[in-house]
Amino acid sequence: MTGSSQKITLAKGLNMGLRKAMEADDKVLVMGEDVGKLGGVFRITDGLQKDFGEDRVIDSPLAESGIVGTAVGMAMRGYRPVVEIQFDGFVYPAYDQIVCQVAKIQYRSKGRVPMPMVIRIPFGGGIGAVEHHSESPEAQFAHTPGLKVVACSNPVDGYWMIQQAIACDDPVIFLEPKRQYHADKADLDDTATPDPLFASRVVRQGTDVTVLAYGPTVKTALKAAEAASNEGRSLEVIDLRTLSPLDMAPVYDSVRRTGRAVVVHEAHVNLGMGAELSSRITEECFYSLEAPVLRVGGFDTPYPASRIEEDFLPDLDRVLDAVDRSLGF
Amino acid sequence: MNPFGPDLAEVFGPSHSDGGPELVQLLTPEGERVHHSGPGGQFDLDFTPEQLRGFYRDMVLVRRLDVEATALQRHGELGIWAQLLGQEAAQVGAGRALRPQDFVFPTYREHGVAWCRGLDPLKLLGLFRGVDHGNWDPAEVNFGLYTIVIGAQCLHATGYAMGMQRDGVVGTGDPERDAAVVAHFGDGASSQGDVNEAFIFAASYNAPVVFFCQNNQWAISEPIERQSRIPLYQRALGFGFPGVRVDGNDVLATYAVTQAALQRARDGQGPTFVEAYTYRMGAHTTTDDPTRYRLSGDVESWKLKDPIARVEAYVKRNGLADAAFFEEVAAEADELGVRLREGCKALPDPQPLSMFDHVYSDMPEELLAQREGFAAYLESFEGAR
Repeated sequence: MTGSSQKITLAKGLNMGLRKAMEADDKVLVMGEDVGKLGGVFRITDGLQKDFGEDRVIDSPLAESGIVGTAVGMAMRGYRPVVEIQFDGFVYPAYDQIVCQVAKIQYRSKGRVPMPMVIRIPFGGGIGAVEHHSESPEAQFAHTPGLKVVACSNPVDGYWMIQQAIACDDPVIFLEPKRQYHADKADLDDTATPDPLFASRVVRQGTDVTVLAYGPTVKTALKAAEAASNEGRSLEVIDLRTLSPLDMAPVYDSVRRTGRAVVVHEAHVNLGMGAELSSRITEECFYSLEAPVLRVGGFDTPYPASRIEEDFLPDLDRVLDAVDRSLGF
Repeated sequence: MNPFGPDLAEVFGPSHSDGGPELVQLLTPEGERVHHSGPGGQFDLDFTPEQLRGFYRDMVLVRRLDVEATALQRHGELGIWAQLLGQEAAQVGAGRALRPQDFVFPTYREHGVAWCRGLDPLKLLGLFRGVDHGNWDPAEVNFGLYTIVIGAQCLHATGYAMGMQRDGVVGTGDPERDAAVVAHFGDGASSQGDVNEAFIFAASYNAPVVFFCQNNQWAISEPIERQSRIPLYQRALGFGFPGVRVDGNDVLATYAVTQAALQRARDGQGPTFVEAYTYRMGAHTTTDDPTRYRLSGDVESWKLKDPIARVEAYVKRNGLADAAFFEEVAAEADELGVRLREGCKALPDPQPLSMFDHVYSDMPEELLAQREGFAAYLESFEGAR
């Protein structure tokens, strides 16, 4: 396979990336509910237990705090655990361990106890699921010093970013847009040199409005940009990729050119990533701005029943509506 | 008896206030060496005079450390102190049962275990003075950082033990190699989800971990009856591993039981729950006022079970130490006191900018910018250093 280009889904990219990381370092362990024989409910860990054994691909008891807490202990012993949280809404039992322990042990120990752990969380909606299966909790982790938070948006990034996150010596919350797992295919050239993990990327150049997106909304933003171009409007789309730390240089550069910014995420708008991005852009690009930074996101309601989830989620039209409002200033 | 099980009065009533019939004890409060044929008999050990003197010395010095730290808090030199008074035997017994390769996950009260691991007590004072969150290298002394969130460390201990399994240091039969973990926690923590999840994980993976619960009867103001309707050690059975209740004021019994549990873990036979039945003679911390919620009579009755007095009585009665030994230990305690008082006051405050260190393995640009901004702000003041 090496050196050849192949078409992969996001699920496949993540699976291949995990495999590469496990081959490269025998301290890498995978742990979570149903990650072994089943290969995870989304099949991201498919085949790994068969090839790496039950000591390295660990089916855990059904207890999220237990998974993360024991992973902390394994990391203290020199391992690099990759933890799978089955769904976004199930991370909360582990929230205390993540925020009070995973995030702080390196700090508490003055750097003597590193915490190289990856916590993979399938996030976002659009799959017609019941409650707790469609949430976007990224701001709750990005708000916590000591954690790094990234979100992949496409198969090729999935392949590279998971390997980079595992190699990172800090704990990384790794968000995977579950709606995209099996949606689109992309060409992977595994001989290419990947972008750094903690770097944002301009994925479509434009001149009129900067659209900031990550995870599942990158696809939405790109579709909106395509539609806008038919109306003669040029949108620049940035895939943020890293939410903590934020990589603001490409954002500032873009907004200084366009004078306008729209942030798109599935998470609730109130105190979400858009609020932080808006604040930073205002502080740094004040004299370049032609309009206030606008946010398009989930409403400030709990995630609704799935028959109306598409009304909750930002879609192409709501992005374009915000673009119109931005240009109307 | 209620056909569905005992009620609280049966479990915690007067007949059980001494720990009940299952209590493993090798040295009575009166300093009498006892040998059981029933429960606890399998834990009996022979102790050399040197070991007994060592236990005595450890407990006296650990108590002195606790007394000095409490006084330092009263003098404003420490922000707070979590007292261990009364729990010296539980901690020294558990601490001395360790081998160098074993690893300990403490709460914030394991000053006696820290002592046994050779950790400089000034490091403990540093934490409670507020100069750091624990300035020791866990890998150097095989003693983790103090964990403030109740019970969280039990999961870390279990995961660490799972790591030992993967490192091939369990059940090899090589006493220099085989290792185990001790997770410390208290009766209050036994209600925490993390502690119960740790039991589940340890049982599921047969992890080499000893769950060492110091049941000191009080979780701040809440008595053990609020945490459990059965003796804590009996919970272990429900998780699928053995539980033992030991007299936590008896250093010999605590040592013997912990040593046996550790050996079981090192041999690959899995976890054990040890309930060290003891009493928190002091306050929860120096901010607490136990007179608001407990009877002085209870404290008085536990004074009669003092962990140090019984070893002293036994050693003296059997002529295992001379007067010079006791004088030496007393002098050593005085020296420790002086060193702690002077050392504590000499601990330097951290520099404000050090708060930015070690948040990450590298410093993100935004954080660096905050640090530089704050540095410039500090320097903007007249006479700034």
